[in-house]
Amino acid sequence: MKTVRVIPCLDVDAGRVVKGVNFVGLKDAGDPVELARRYDQQGADEIIFLDITASSDNRGTIIDLARRAAEEVYIPFTIGGGIRSVGDARQLLRAGADKISLNSAAVETPHLITQISEEFGSQCTVVAIDAKTNGDGTWNVFVRGGRKDTGLDALEWAKRVVDYGAGEILLTSMDGDGTRSGYDIALTRIISQSVEVPVIASGGVGSLRHLVEGATDGEASGVLAASIFHFGDYTIRDAKVALIEAGVNVRPPIPIDE
Amino acid sequence: MTRTDEPPLVAVLDYGIGNLRSAQKGLERAGADARLTSDKALVRDASGVVLPGVGHFGTCMANLKLSGLDEVVRETISCGQPFLGICVGMQMMFESSEEAPNVPGLGILPGVVRKLPPGLTRPQMQWNRLDVKKPRCRLLNGIAEETWMYFVHSYAADTDENLVAATCEYGTSVTALIELDNIWATQFHPEKSGLDGQKVTRNFVDLLSGRKS
Repeated sequence: MKTVRVIPCLDVDAGRVVKGVNFVGLKDAGDPVELARRYDQQGADEIIFLDITASSDNRGTIIDLARRAAEEVYIPFTIGGGIRSVGDARQLLRAGADKISLNSAAVETPHLITQISEEFGSQCTVVAIDAKTNGDGTWNVFVRGGRKDTGLDALEWAKRVVDYGAGEILLTSMDGDGTRSGYDIALTRIISQSVEVPVIASGGVGSLRHLVEGATDGEASGVLAASIFHFGDYTIRDAKVALIEAGVNVRPPIPIDE
Repeated sequence: MTRTDEPPLVAVLDYGIGNLRSAQKGLERAGADARLTSDKALVRDASGVVLPGVGHFGTCMANLKLSGLDEVVRETISCGQPFLGICVGMQMMFESSEEAPNVPGLGILPGVVRKLPPGLTRPQMQWNRLDVKKPRCRLLNGIAEETWMYFVHSYAADTDENLVAATCEYGTSVTALIELDNIWATQFHPEKSGLDGQKVTRNFVDLLSGRKS
């Protein structure tokens, strides 16, 4: 039975959550680990922390975050952002991260995917692909937060990263990201159908319907969202109820006991 | 004799593969004094032994043999020490795996490890519902009949169904939990499976209370 994972994503800058977070009863709304714990308690299936810290001097804060999350979060979590070497990956995995996500470094040094998956297993080697539509049913891979076109075709690149050893693809539509207008379903579907490994749909979620579309029409293995959860528009439970009502198998939401 | 409220010493076998931290963490949260170790004397002294494993069967087996801990595993199991294999740690306890056909497994449990059937995403990287075959399995103590665990694997054990305490459905019936005398093994990751997973780990640690430590 395929079950679809609901994955909140937290953007972290120098150890603090970036986007505004609107949660009742949080002691520290800027603490990514406290937020992750809250999502865990609500029944999130995994957590992704995306480190957007510009300075590489701050690697220590994200390693510290991995260590604290390993103490306090009882579900798998991935850390992405700024991982440029096997050593970077090793530090995060040793600190307790379950998976690491490569982005720009995978494009610049594809061999890094192979090195990391050979040393730690493909199950912890995620490759993030940021794609923008060309308007003709093809998509290009972008890096540097969507500023730089690599010229790579997203579908071809997705197949290649799996050959290199990626165990999962985190697929973000740069066209949709931040728009709240929904995932790029055509992109999500074509890549989900073309690779054997799980694909996480990301970018553009503004409603529960979008999550359902990612799982059904997009055929994604996981549906990622950030702001709809952080702003308190919807809970993880709401997301799971919507998916169940649409006939998607999910791990049931955790009962509310407050 | 030691005081019974002292946390039981659990040896988490460190044989030079990737990410073993979360297995250790889960045991610590369950009240164990969990040590990541390759020290054979310490393993023999432990109340319980955990063999974690991630990645490739062949790589894990090669590293286990290189560390010499494969013999210690056999020894501790034959001495009756409670033993828990997790994920590839479970798979290594069987005779062989299709992932590395030329590499023998430990052969402690009967059967072979086979690739999951085509058609579904591989690896199975998701939560799945356990289909409990042995409700009295000691690791399932206090866990509701419907429980979900987190799986990450492309291969699964094909074994004697009398040993199987729980399965999950993923294109085929997947061996999820084994119980045989002092041996337990999970294909899922109890340390990553939320509160129910934590109960599985705690049940293992509770088995050890009152044992030597």
